[in-house]
Amino acid sequence: MTATHADYRLSQLDQLEAESIHIFREVAAEFEKPVLMFSGGKDSIVMMRLAEKAFYPAKIPFPVLQVDTGYDFPEVLACRDNWVSRLGARLIVASVEEAIADGVVIDDGKTSRNRLQIGTLLNALEEGGFTAAFGGGRRDEEKARAKERVYSHRDEFGQWDPKMQRPELWSLYNGRIHEGEHMRIFPISNWTELDIWHYIGREGIEIPSIYFSHQRRVFERDGMLLTESDYNPLRSGETVEERTVRFRTVGDLTLTGCVESEADTIDKIIDEVAIARVTERGATRGDDRFSEAAMEDRKKEGYF
Amino acid sequence: MSDQTTDLTKAEVAEQTRNMDLLRFATAGSVDDGKSTLIGRLLLDSKSIFEDQLEAVEATSQSKGYDYTDLALLTDGLRSEREQGITIDVAYRYFATPSRKFIIADTPGHVQYTRNMVTGASTADLGLVLVDARQGLTEQSRRHAVILSLLRVPHLVLAVNKMDLVDFDEAIYERIHAEFTQFATKLNIPDLVVIPISALQGDNVVTRSENMPWYSGPTLMHHLEHVHVASDRDLVDVRFPVQYVVRPKSDEHHDYRGYGGMVAGGVLKPGDEVVVLPSGMTSKIAGIDLFDREITEAFPPMSVTVRLEDDVDVSRGDMIARVNNAPKPSQDIDAMVCWMTNEPLRPRQKLAIKHTTRSARALVKDIQYRLDVNTLHRDQDTKELGLNEIGRVQLRTTVPLLCDPYSKNRTTGSFILIDEATGVTVGAGMINSGS
Repeated sequence: MTATHADYRLSQLDQLEAESIHIFREVAAEFEKPVLMFSGGKDSIVMMRLAEKAFYPAKIPFPVLQVDTGYDFPEVLACRDNWVSRLGARLIVASVEEAIADGVVIDDGKTSRNRLQIGTLLNALEEGGFTAAFGGGRRDEEKARAKERVYSHRDEFGQWDPKMQRPELWSLYNGRIHEGEHMRIFPISNWTELDIWHYIGREGIEIPSIYFSHQRRVFERDGMLLTESDYNPLRSGETVEERTVRFRTVGDLTLTGCVESEADTIDKIIDEVAIARVTERGATRGDDRFSEAAMEDRKKEGYF
Repeated sequence: MSDQTTDLTKAEVAEQTRNMDLLRFATAGSVDDGKSTLIGRLLLDSKSIFEDQLEAVEATSQSKGYDYTDLALLTDGLRSEREQGITIDVAYRYFATPSRKFIIADTPGHVQYTRNMVTGASTADLGLVLVDARQGLTEQSRRHAVILSLLRVPHLVLAVNKMDLVDFDEAIYERIHAEFTQFATKLNIPDLVVIPISALQGDNVVTRSENMPWYSGPTLMHHLEHVHVASDRDLVDVRFPVQYVVRPKSDEHHDYRGYGGMVAGGVLKPGDEVVVLPSGMTSKIAGIDLFDREITEAFPPMSVTVRLEDDVDVSRGDMIARVNNAPKPSQDIDAMVCWMTNEPLRPRQKLAIKHTTRSARALVKDIQYRLDVNTLHRDQDTKELGLNEIGRVQLRTTVPLLCDPYSKNRTTGSFILIDEATGVTVGAGMINSGS
């Protein structure tokens, strides 16, 4: 042995990548019908990249599913289309609007689009007969996620039971499911927000332009800066002004806030993220703020 | 704060994220040992806690009428746990310092949750066991050490917590240190460090304690940052479980055929003569691909795609090894099994087994003994293993497993057992030998 141990050291980012690729391959090998849930956000773009790497030079062996809330940012949809066409992947769009029209979910005017996504998504998974759905959830995002497995079992109603989770040991994943059940798969469970940004920077991959600093007409609501939009009628007292902002997460544009920022490159975003004092969800996602246990409740119902 | 760790800004931490390495550690301790408080302290002092998280915890502490901020609330994730005030499952936590990223598998310490601890320890490089300085070693701390040793976690830290409540008395620390060191001689613990701390006040967690001038060892954080883990992996014995066959079937890559997998041991290089198990056919490595790049060597835990020179028949579940250094295919497996479900494990039972990328069925031929994880006593009269019990089991598998002893390789030496009816993971196995 001429080489020393020190020569065979893998950086943490390379270790995370290797672990995620392992998970993608494992699922592709063991599940009959996997699908990649793609939101257009930075996490799901990293997922697309990892899937691309896992099967290269073959195409990714499963379709991409996006839940269209009807309130998506056009910049995000454009980015999605670029990715899908570059990878030659098959795109399935499940529309919340259509789900409402078909009576799959009920829009009572009070429920957020994010919540209506649940029914739409479950319906799309069932219709497609998908047995495994990759999601871009990270355990550092939120306390309920911190306890979720990489392979997260869902019953025939799409529900997650935190007390009945299967133990997950070593890198041995148990993909057994019964008819009608499916597995949510979280290949980037162990990544942090900072890891995601470093990886996007290192790989030089395209993300939606709204992540970068830009001029936007915005207004303030509940301490958040929301974008001006036809879907977002102003309430009394709210005024629109142009500010220099960027988005830290992307989602339903009626609920996703932006932050004032000059960060117009990945490096500047990394600097900003590194000194941020508020978690990304707490800062900019109205749907997680309704209650402390909001995420846990939505997960049990079948949220991503 | 004199320690340089905390003087760096998060931006500087970020600067180094790209190249830093990774330490996975598992924590164990009972509800009262202050484990959650310690983790909260590590997150807080490494500036890994965000304002809104801290505010939420401060508000909750206040509403419960506590005199201090209960850092344990930072890690108690699920509502049912918050209501009961206990941790019921493995939670994963993340923090980073300039030199390392850390993944904590935070496992509960109660008697009935051995399975969670086994789960958390299975991927850990280091195990952190907490004891309360006032109580000294308990049955539970011994059990935690035994489990970490069984799971071959190479580094162990015993944190003697709540030193503030025993007036930072050196004699108390020394007594626990001696008692534990004595106990550890019966276990497989290659590296042991005992640190006196106060998680609540922060003594010797990140900053050196002024209350314990008699202690000259590292602070907990310093040890976590510097413990050497790179040599824990086997870089000698080549083990490459084939996970996925990559066949593009496209015009551009018409003849491409590669074997995707994660290197489980050794260093693979193009030109190496290899054997494919279980068929025993030999070939040479034609190339190793990492995405669109050809690389000159692959080592654990890289995920790569290996191409062979000859058109040999290779599929998922096979293993690529070196001609003169290959595991022996074996259908008779002798292993330590941790049982994880209510219905006991009994002889003649049939289960599904997953080992590396290979799935098969297994028949329980014999349960040789049950190991008392508190006393290390081997109960040979037992005829079954109950929930959270660990014992030595003989299995016969439908197809040969390509395995190594767990003590040699934690990847090729481990397996899970699955209930064929429910699909639930019911057991975790560590192979002693195959024959």
